[in-house]
Amino acid sequence: MSASALPDAVAPVPERVPLLSVRDLHVTYRSAAGVGVPAVRGVSFDLRSGETLGLAGESGCGKSTMAGALLRLLPRGTTVTGEVLLDGEDVLTMKPGRLRAVRWTEASIVFQGALHSLNPVQRIGRQLAEPVELHQPEMGGAELKLRVAELLEVVGLPARRAADYPHQLSGGQRQRVLIALALACNPSLLIADEPTTALDVMVQAQVLQLLEDLQRELGLAVIFITHDLSTLSSACRRLAVMYAGRIVEEGPSKDVFRDAAHPYTKALAAAFPVIGDPRFRRAPSGLGGDPPDPQHIPAGCSFHPRCPVAEPQCATVNVELWPAGPEHRAACVHVREGPR
Amino acid sequence: MTAPLLSVRDLHVRFSGRKGTVARAVDGVDLDVYPGEVLALVGESGCGKTTLARTILGLERPAQGEVHFKGQPLAYDTASLRRYRREVQMVFQDPSGALNPRQTIYEAVAEGLRIQKLHENEAALVADALSRSGLRPPERFMPLYPYEVSGGQRQRVVIAGAMVLRPELIVADEPVSSLDASVRGEILQLMLRLVQDTGVTILVVTHDLGLAWNIADRIAVMYLGRIVEQGTTEELLDDPRHPYTRALLSVVPEVERMTPQILQGETPDPTRIPPGCRFHPRCPLVTDGETERLGIEQRCQGEDPALQPIATAVAGSEHVAACHAVD
Amino acid sequence: MSTLETGVSGRRIAWERRRRALSQSWSEYRHSTPGMIGLVALVLIVAMALAAPLLAAESELRAVNAIDNPTWATPGEFPPLGTDNLGRSVWAQFVWGARISLLVGLAATLIAIVIGSTVGIVSGFFGRWFGAVLMRITEWFLVIPFLPLAIVLAAVLGPSVWNIILVIGVTSWPSTARVIRAQVLSVKERLYVERSRSLGASNRHLMSQHVFPNVSPLILANLTLTVPVAILSETTLSFLGLGDPTRASWGKMLDEAFSAGALSRNAWWYYLPPGLGIMVVVLAFVLIGQALEEILDPRLKEGRS
Repeated sequence: MSASALPDAVAPVPERVPLLSVRDLHVTYRSAAGVGVPAVRGVSFDLRSGETLGLAGESGCGKSTMAGALLRLLPRGTTVTGEVLLDGEDVLTMKPGRLRAVRWTEASIVFQGALHSLNPVQRIGRQLAEPVELHQPEMGGAELKLRVAELLEVVGLPARRAADYPHQLSGGQRQRVLIALALACNPSLLIADEPTTALDVMVQAQVLQLLEDLQRELGLAVIFITHDLSTLSSACRRLAVMYAGRIVEEGPSKDVFRDAAHPYTKALAAAFPVIGDPRFRRAPSGLGGDPPDPQHIPAGCSFHPRCPVAEPQCATVNVELWPAGPEHRAACVHVREGPR
Repeated sequence: MTAPLLSVRDLHVRFSGRKGTVARAVDGVDLDVYPGEVLALVGESGCGKTTLARTILGLERPAQGEVHFKGQPLAYDTASLRRYRREVQMVFQDPSGALNPRQTIYEAVAEGLRIQKLHENEAALVADALSRSGLRPPERFMPLYPYEVSGGQRQRVVIAGAMVLRPELIVADEPVSSLDASVRGEILQLMLRLVQDTGVTILVVTHDLGLAWNIADRIAVMYLGRIVEQGTTEELLDDPRHPYTRALLSVVPEVERMTPQILQGETPDPTRIPPGCRFHPRCPLVTDGETERLGIEQRCQGEDPALQPIATAVAGSEHVAACHAVD
Repeated sequence: MSTLETGVSGRRIAWERRRRALSQSWSEYRHSTPGMIGLVALVLIVAMALAAPLLAAESELRAVNAIDNPTWATPGEFPPLGTDNLGRSVWAQFVWGARISLLVGLAATLIAIVIGSTVGIVSGFFGRWFGAVLMRITEWFLVIPFLPLAIVLAAVLGPSVWNIILVIGVTSWPSTARVIRAQVLSVKERLYVERSRSLGASNRHLMSQHVFPNVSPLILANLTLTVPVAILSETTLSFLGLGDPTRASWGKMLDEAFSAGALSRNAWWYYLPPGLGIMVVVLAFVLIGQALEEILDPRLKEGRS
């Protein structure tokens, strides 16, 4: 049995307030020429504690921008509007002091494990100790060392690795260190931004297994961002697909992947062939055209120029997420019209 | 049986590292590539697939063994290599890096013709190559720079640049791994169409078993410098026999008929290849105790297995695996 | 399509490309204020140097023609810039001296750049022992202190403008070679170089078609930053009396002003103009060079996509 939907820590207790509530988030960059480039155009979703949400999309869809927006880690000059309610408090209007306190202790980010995600001239132990020191300055040296060893153990690395430099670790090991770093202050929400990209297939599987185990043991809520739709179908309970700055489909991951309602999701899912299925033999399936330039997003449904089932109304209609099944919504006119 | 277009015999490629260590990147490979087929060379990083591909192209010289093309061994003098490069071309992993940012698309495609001193009808050949690669109308793309087109289009330019010389064999190193998922299908379709239309042979180097299922006729799986399993795509992926292949297949998310076997640790360094069967330190059959039960534990630790036919394969099958448990 | 048409369309595209690249670089350059200031200053000085015959007669430079002039005349007494200890017009010396300073600066730089770039590209591209040998030679030249070497060479070769150009050129190329080599080492590892090699390219093709074009912006920026160094070197050498005694140069003006006691006499009109002139030219080239470096940095250009 493959690792299908991750069981949440316990049956989800209906909370008064979801752990994370994003409402109508808009993020606009300032380009070199001074023009506003909309990277995220109205994203809303909820996340309960202990829940896993996958966010899939290709280059330029705005998913990494959105991840940065959740903790206000975007470059100066970026306009962010909307609400990001973390445990009821709006991150976007927090005072700097409160924001610093919240960062890492309530929500943290696991970055992509590139060589320069870690400081190349500092030892691993030092880098792991940093967030702990910042948030718990009263912790003594010996206690700190213990905590670092603990963190390394949790991610499956021997404690003596604390004395190594980043270049002495393999790609998979560095990714584990980044996960340990994100867990340093016991957050309740983990945002994993492309945590397995550029890793080998087997190492990817190891890291995904680790994340799954940690999520279960620590009761973490996880937002898993990636361009690899296939990994999300087994790693997350819910899945949202982004295109041109908006969520175009969301729902239970198995439904979204195997029974997609939006033509873009269908095309994206078809790009991952099912090995053993003769229908995929010598029949690679792809989508023509390119993702839209954020400065020239098509009117109406932003996907319509590439859509195989586009209709004349798609160029002007105001798309919303319409129901397409139990807990399943898609922003496509065909969903709105046909009963499912 | 047709003669192979490309033949590799007992190939060893070694790199010397620091402090006198020797990395055995390719450690004894025999491979045949037949005309008109698509062969996928599958493996993770460090398995030697890219080194093998580059050696086939003549960009690396083997320490031992030979590369034969159309029956003739490869000669490494400048003139012979240049002639060889007309017939064997490469498509690279990173289309953005593979194109000189200061050259227009026209110049990038024409470069091969200019290097090979094929000056006749240059513009016509370039236009034809661009069209065949799906960049139509070609005149619109010729004066553009690589940064002015998308990733998928850049890869088409690289493919056009390779096809303009009408090669017999194309070696594609991870041709779509740096492209968005939705764009990959088109590039793979293009490659299949080229095989159909021009009869070109393609050797695809990839880590992606799904890609192999999509376009390959045959697959060879590499681990730490050796081919550990080989066969037709259906044979190998419907019924993988080498424990490494089984593990690789089991962790592919869409594969639901197999329990995921996540191997421990990472592929060892090519400077420290384990003795005996190079996979035995990570082999699930060892950790499960299966090897003990089969009584082959000693052999796995001491004897390097050769590629041998699968006992249960149908007659005429060429499905082979380098594993003592296969006997 | 006939071969003739082929040549035309292929060449036309290459021409198009160059034109586009140039106009794009120019529009970017225009946005750099320091760059524009440097460019304007340089244009003015070059214009002045070129127009020297119109601004002052060459005969005014000779002491023999200046017998009737008052010595040490202030600009008020002898416009526009007064006279020196021999009664020669300072303005004439300034205007004609600009020519030598600029000529030596540019010519010496050209020599340095040609030698430095060639050594840099070849040693960077070929690596291994050949490149190492070239680098050791480069370092040898780099380590020799400039002034003693220049003095010795000038003394041996004799004082003339062309010898000075040679001396400065031969002593300035190593730093260019180092910079170019570093860039070449990085460029030759690029994937498009490997692609070209896999298409059958010879080393010569790789160096001229791929390495050189990607290194040439750096060479250009390095050139504009080497010119001030060369001009200052010429000034130094002339100041030390090693320059051509028959030609006016700013360095020579400073030398003669100094030895004639212009400082103690407070004859500012004699030593300030050449000093300021050198400063303005050097600053202009530095500003231009920095602006060019920012625009033409290949890393920034490749990162655009």
